[in-house]
Amino acid sequence: MFWTLAALVLIAPALVATEFKPWIMFEPNALKSTRRFIADFFPPKIEAEFLWLVLRECWRTVAIATAGLALALVLAIPLTLMSNSVLSVSALTGRMHRLPFLARLALRWLLIMLRSVPELVWALVFVRVVGLGPTAGVLAIALTYGGMLGKVYSEILESDDAHATHTLLRNGAGRLQAFFFGLLPQSAAELTSYTVYRWECAIRSSAVLGFVGAGGLGQQMDNSMKMFQGSEVATMLIVFMLLVGLADYVSARLRKVLA
Amino acid sequence: MRIVVKGLAARHPSAPATGAGSTPALKPLTLSIAAGEQVAVVGPSGAGKTTLLHALACALKPAAGSFELDGVDPWTLPIAQLQKLRGRLLLAPQAPPLPPRQRVITAVLAARLPQQSLAASLRSLFYPTHIAEAEAALARFDLAEKLWDRVDRLSGGERQRVGLARALVSAASLWLVDEPLSSLDPSRAALAIESLTQSARERGVTLVTTLHQVDVATRFPRVLGMREGVLQFDLPSAEVTQQRLAALYAQYEHELHGPAAAVADAFTDGPRPAVMYCR
Repeated sequence: MFWTLAALVLIAPALVATEFKPWIMFEPNALKSTRRFIADFFPPKIEAEFLWLVLRECWRTVAIATAGLALALVLAIPLTLMSNSVLSVSALTGRMHRLPFLARLALRWLLIMLRSVPELVWALVFVRVVGLGPTAGVLAIALTYGGMLGKVYSEILESDDAHATHTLLRNGAGRLQAFFFGLLPQSAAELTSYTVYRWECAIRSSAVLGFVGAGGLGQQMDNSMKMFQGSEVATMLIVFMLLVGLADYVSARLRKVLA
Repeated sequence: MRIVVKGLAARHPSAPATGAGSTPALKPLTLSIAAGEQVAVVGPSGAGKTTLLHALACALKPAAGSFELDGVDPWTLPIAQLQKLRGRLLLAPQAPPLPPRQRVITAVLAARLPQQSLAASLRSLFYPTHIAEAEAALARFDLAEKLWDRVDRLSGGERQRVGLARALVSAASLWLVDEPLSSLDPSRAALAIESLTQSARERGVTLVTTLHQVDVATRFPRVLGMREGVLQFDLPSAEVTQQRLAALYAQYEHELHGPAAAVADAFTDGPRPAVMYCR
């Protein structure tokens, strides 16, 4: 009883602040426009030429995600290697030295900064810089996902058993040697599995980026919506769902193989 | 490698430096070990044996005093030089430090890393070099046929012996071996200790081993007895009598007669926080 009341008290201001009035949806006017919008969806447009265009944009969406993720890896891998504390030689015996500690902290902050700006915002920035088109999408995904991957890679590496790595470092191996012979075999499966999962997320997010003009399926969907071409939107939504389902399946299979 | 220890005290890395619970795991200790000498360290659990090994391996900063390896105090060296010195000694922890998804050959050859350039070591990750050497080292521990197996396919005892085989391929001139027999059956243990001491003798390597099995320890020419962080005796093994051992293990008699329960490595930390995989 008490907790129910407490929850209500906590939620009420949120509902007011967000102007939560679901009944608006059922007013006659709203219902009419909803009906018109939905009715427009049928039948989905299935002309060969249009389908071909949708498939091409679909492929472009996947390409944006993949290229963006590849660039993100280029960014994330060196930053991970430099910022994680498992490979610190001075931290082997007590506290990490001040300079390496500050350097790692700065890199951590860089990663956090990169990933805390949503890819949508980066896309808006890059659309201004490099113009409309897939390039902006690739760069946006590269930056946000670079930060995201770098941070999570570091967390994975630091959460795994460091015994093998530390023993190598204690016996005089270099940091990169210790990484390749101790840390990587320990965490490789987890790292790749997380990367594949992120690739799947990048496909979904690159479709959204199209809405701000960063190319791909999203941009086409935005165009059709602005032209009130419900049937085109319907086709693209179906294709997009299939795409997401496929990416989901591929990523699940890949991760099963890797586990 | 020659070791000279002067009033060396060391503390477990997680212990506080001052206040309650700050008694060092290793109280000030002075001794010297000549190059090529073989020394066994015995004592009940918690005696500071592992701490002594870690301190000598430069894996633990001394809380007080100092020590010299071949006449050099490692803690006066800049960190790059220190890391180079660490490449000349080999610390074999009790828990075998092998990543589960690695092949045995790679795990064994990892002991050569300090002598290899990064490029050479990466090449050896894909096309192992020095295969014959690794196989010979494993053969000394009766494991030659496991050369290409994955570490997670091995039993606990096999892993421990792979960890020891590492010493044989390294170029180290000081071996610090922590409880090498803790998960081996008696016949394997005899073979393992025989291989270790014999190869150390062949190469003129200094060997310091902590042991729970006092009967094995008395096969070493020199035995150190430790208790509660203090060196109790430092004698040729012929003078290590039953009375001395009984005094050393007073209140820990079960460890003197039976194998002690495997203790976790001194450096494994407590449970780590779960990773949140959200963005």
